[in-house]
Amino acid sequence: MPTHTSKVYEHELRTLRDKLLLMGSLVEEMIHKGQAALSTRDSGLAKATIRLDRRCNRLECEVDELCMRILATRQPVASDLRFVTAALKIVTDLERIGDLVVNICERVEELNEESPLQVTEELTSLSEEAAAVVREALDALVSRDVERAQKLLSHDDHIDDHYARIFQDVLALMSRDPSTVYRATRVQSVAKYLERIADHAMNIAESVVFLVNGRDIRHYNRLKESDPLEVDHDVRPPQRSR
Amino acid sequence: MSALESEIDPDATPEPKLQISHLDAYFNDRHVVRDITLSVPQRRVTAIIGPSGCGKSTFLRCLNRMHEHVPGARARGAVMLDGVDVYHPSINPARLRRHVGMVFQKPNPFPTMSIRDNVLAGHRLNGTHVDAPGELVERCLRQVALWDEVKDRLGRPGVSLSSGQQQRLCMARVLAVEPEVILLDEPSSALDPIATAHIEELIEELKERYTLVLVTHNLQQAARVSDYMAFFYLGNLVEFDRTDVIFTNPKESRTEDYLTGKFG
Repeated sequence: MPTHTSKVYEHELRTLRDKLLLMGSLVEEMIHKGQAALSTRDSGLAKATIRLDRRCNRLECEVDELCMRILATRQPVASDLRFVTAALKIVTDLERIGDLVVNICERVEELNEESPLQVTEELTSLSEEAAAVVREALDALVSRDVERAQKLLSHDDHIDDHYARIFQDVLALMSRDPSTVYRATRVQSVAKYLERIADHAMNIAESVVFLVNGRDIRHYNRLKESDPLEVDHDVRPPQRSR
Repeated sequence: MSALESEIDPDATPEPKLQISHLDAYFNDRHVVRDITLSVPQRRVTAIIGPSGCGKSTFLRCLNRMHEHVPGARARGAVMLDGVDVYHPSINPARLRRHVGMVFQKPNPFPTMSIRDNVLAGHRLNGTHVDAPGELVERCLRQVALWDEVKDRLGRPGVSLSSGQQQRLCMARVLAVEPEVILLDEPSSALDPIATAHIEELIEELKERYTLVLVTHNLQQAARVSDYMAFFYLGNLVEFDRTDVIFTNPKESRTEDYLTGKFG
């Protein structure tokens, strides 16, 4: 693959890619530690995981700054432009995943103050699914594999369904036994955070498709539907009667 | 497609103003433009980009038959302006250039002529009568946003202006003969950023009435002002598409490599 004539520019793009991948691996580490903290009820691990988010935030700022510098000084075009703009989006998704893991760990700390709840086990499998889609999205990013990214996007409904099932279980539990409300609402929150993490992984997969072949597949189905807020130009406004 | 249709669907390709087919150009034995087939859409800016020596300026000069003025130069193929072959033996190249005007890299006002006479030079050299020369001078200088800067010194030599003003004067000179197509060969490469911004703004305004073909090395300028873009390499047309498509997702790897600076 040909490299850029400007070695400095080549180095800047490589640094951007490295920082993005470093942030991806950090977020993966956070998810795994959060998952372990949840399943083993380890508050110390939850605290350590929360501390990792500072590195994640710092990397976000570094990636943003580098993207801004490249845009301002290199005016990238074609695949370079797609890479820099995709990096700006991916970095936001990664940072949000980091924040959601922090939220999970905070709920884990609260849950660990209480006696265990049966439905918590169901969270472990959702957590594994969320971690798997993040890993898959990052692998698709590293290998620039559009097929892999597109395959991943079909998993989103599966995770949404899983979250819906947990939500129903939690509701049933609370109505059966009101003493579980405090713990059950925390479990529901963790499930929602995991579902959101998977959503961000899907965004990354969409960015991979754009990055590699320039196709914007976001909101693909919904954009085809008519916008209820859009004025129908074929319909003339009613004439005011005199 | 009519102008009205293009307003309804701005993404649709407008009617071609120039249709170039199988155009070859030579300097003696050197084959510098190779079998170019391309349609230039009317009232749009088409940019020609490519590395030095790729034949883009020669291609531009073939469009108004300036190329044949160079000793040993010849062209073969068809260049149709509104369906009329500009290389037909009955076409007078000097008259053709009234329809297809040209602005060069370096501003070239006639050094012995005043600002006013520079604007009218096309008519004077062609021997055509102008009913109201004062009005024509004012209209053309206003079109290039130079009127307010020079209205009190129209009798001064054209070369007394700054280079940015001189280039706008040259554009006024082209506009005075009411061309249909304007060829711009790196029109701002010798200008500072402010003068360049004036030229770019002017190009934006001119495309409402004229068809423009721009040769430039400044890729960002091409991205800013052009609607369509052709990438030339070693005399060949590699890719032609809408500028936004070329700049975000070119189809050809050679275009991609050139735009992203991976050439040579």
